[in-house]
Amino acid sequence: MARIELNNLAHRYAPGGEYALQPMQHVWEDGGAYALLGPSGCGKTTLLNIISGLVQPSEGQVLFDGVDVTHRSTEERNIGQVFQFPVVYDTMTVFQNLAFPLRNRKMAEDYVNRRVRQVAEMLSLTDVLDRRARNLTADAKQKISLGRGLVREDVSAVLFDEPLTVIDPHLKWQLRRKLREVHEQLNLTLVYVTHDQTEALTFADKVVVMLAGQVLQVGTPQELFERPAHTFVGYFIGSPGMNFMPCELSGNEALVDGERIAIDPATAAAASQNGGSLQLGIRPELVRLATEGESGLLLKVDQVEDLGEHQLVTGHFGSHQFHVRLDESEKINSDGLRLVFPVEHTLLYADEHLVGAGGAKHG
Amino acid sequence: MDKREYQWAWLMVLPVLVLVAFSAVIPLMTVVNYSLQDILGRSAFFVGAEWFEETLNNSRLQAALMRQFAFSFTILAIQIPLGIGIALLMPKRGWQASAVLILITMPLLVPWNVVGSMWQIFTRGDIGLAGFIIRELGYDYNITANAVDAWVTIIIMDIWHWTPLVALLCYSGLRSIPEAYFQAARIDRASKWATFRYIQLPKLTNVLVIAVLLRFMHSFMIYAEPFVLTGGGPGSSTTFLSQSLATMAIAQQDLGPSAAFSITYFLIILAVSYVFYVTIMNMQKEKAAQQGAGGAE
Repeated sequence: MARIELNNLAHRYAPGGEYALQPMQHVWEDGGAYALLGPSGCGKTTLLNIISGLVQPSEGQVLFDGVDVTHRSTEERNIGQVFQFPVVYDTMTVFQNLAFPLRNRKMAEDYVNRRVRQVAEMLSLTDVLDRRARNLTADAKQKISLGRGLVREDVSAVLFDEPLTVIDPHLKWQLRRKLREVHEQLNLTLVYVTHDQTEALTFADKVVVMLAGQVLQVGTPQELFERPAHTFVGYFIGSPGMNFMPCELSGNEALVDGERIAIDPATAAAASQNGGSLQLGIRPELVRLATEGESGLLLKVDQVEDLGEHQLVTGHFGSHQFHVRLDESEKINSDGLRLVFPVEHTLLYADEHLVGAGGAKHG
Repeated sequence: MDKREYQWAWLMVLPVLVLVAFSAVIPLMTVVNYSLQDILGRSAFFVGAEWFEETLNNSRLQAALMRQFAFSFTILAIQIPLGIGIALLMPKRGWQASAVLILITMPLLVPWNVVGSMWQIFTRGDIGLAGFIIRELGYDYNITANAVDAWVTIIIMDIWHWTPLVALLCYSGLRSIPEAYFQAARIDRASKWATFRYIQLPKLTNVLVIAVLLRFMHSFMIYAEPFVLTGGGPGSSTTFLSQSLATMAIAQQDLGPSAAFSITYFLIILAVSYVFYVTIMNMQKEKAAQQGAGGAE
């Protein structure tokens, strides 16, 4: 179990070429569950491979508990890894698979026996211990790869590279819950790579959102939802994503196609200093309907989808498409809706970056 | 479900039937026909199973069969491990991989008769490179007089000629193993041997079945190479089945006995290959069945 530090870390595959990973500075706490989230090709797998020791970063250092491991091989780093597709030793039984890392480290056989049974118990693999790994289902095999990481009590971190890709949908949540359980029991540092926001948000304490080799935001699922640091985060997280509309500033109000929307004064002040092209952003879930007598902006409704627990309204302000998520009980006037933008949820973005606290950090 | 039957659809199979008839059934039946008759010029008598009895009891053929098995098993025992070893050592990518692949496959492109001639010259005591050097080193090497020399030379020749095939098959098998397996092995601190034993070898099973079957069938029919190299000698110490058959059928014109012999020969290859294949497949099935019994999939 270890705290992972990425010290001025950056990587390019060819010297002088483009950065596959932009320079970054992060500390991942011991015992934290971190998810690396981003679209394909954003560099999240490269980052994982750097942590596992498969790829040597071209710049900067990787530290485990303060010890520089940048130039150590995968063997020496003491990590566990679960791959995209199940990697098990076909000819061995489940027991032998789990015992393999311990036996290779010349542990005493009675310890191996005890430890393997303990881990098997934790992963609900006890019933299949004596079966060959080859014919088990994909989710059982993934549990075996996870188990091979967990049997080593001194494991620094367990890395997951999109481990649920080949798992049947109805088994996905079971396995994910198992992962959470294991994490709570052992308090391990876990790093989980995925392009699926649901996986990332349900698995991780902290989500690292990446785009084009750059870390856009590190935050709890709630932070990512409420204060996305970058328009991409707002758009990528949430379903549908955040609403963005180009705007201009006029005092403490934003002007969107001539309509005035109130902004937090501090944010407005920061934005007027910053300059750059401005966008107003708000979550579809955080807009509310105007009550009787309250004035609000008029949204022209194009489409209403009933999604069971809530309804999704697609409409437009002037030329800008806009989504609103409303409670099932709300009555929707198909001519238009009067909407109120709560000031605390109405965010401003200058050149794609959030204006205000922390927003300019990665700029 | 509206299923109608069109009997005339069977006609569609006709072209294939005709093809197979000409390529396999008719030639085979001709041989079966010969094997049951005594043919003297234009006259022929039906002799029943007499030729088969004679063939099976022929001590010369029995000896050739034993030699044939000894030869096939020897070359399999050497070529399969050697091929795996070469495949493991071959470079994985880059121009080196292409260069090594070309060099390795070279012997496979040499025609059988040429291989025999090359080795015949190569091993000559007076002008052959190998023959000359070995004699200079003090060993009285002579494949025309010493049966052991002849055997060893034929086996080395076959290894030179055919190990590349095994290596090539294994190489392709090894290349298809995803990189994650090796990474997992490193994380688990598996030794080189353990990586081979638990990852590479199990993943090679399928190509090895093909390699063993091909090499067995191939080696069991070996003809041109020893024929050119030793002519089956000294004595009949390197006379294998094909050569015995050719002597009977062509030199002696014993059509009946050689037909009976051909069929026996064919059945032996078929039987050995079948037994081998079924054994391997059953081994895998048994494993699966044992596991299946352990719980619901």
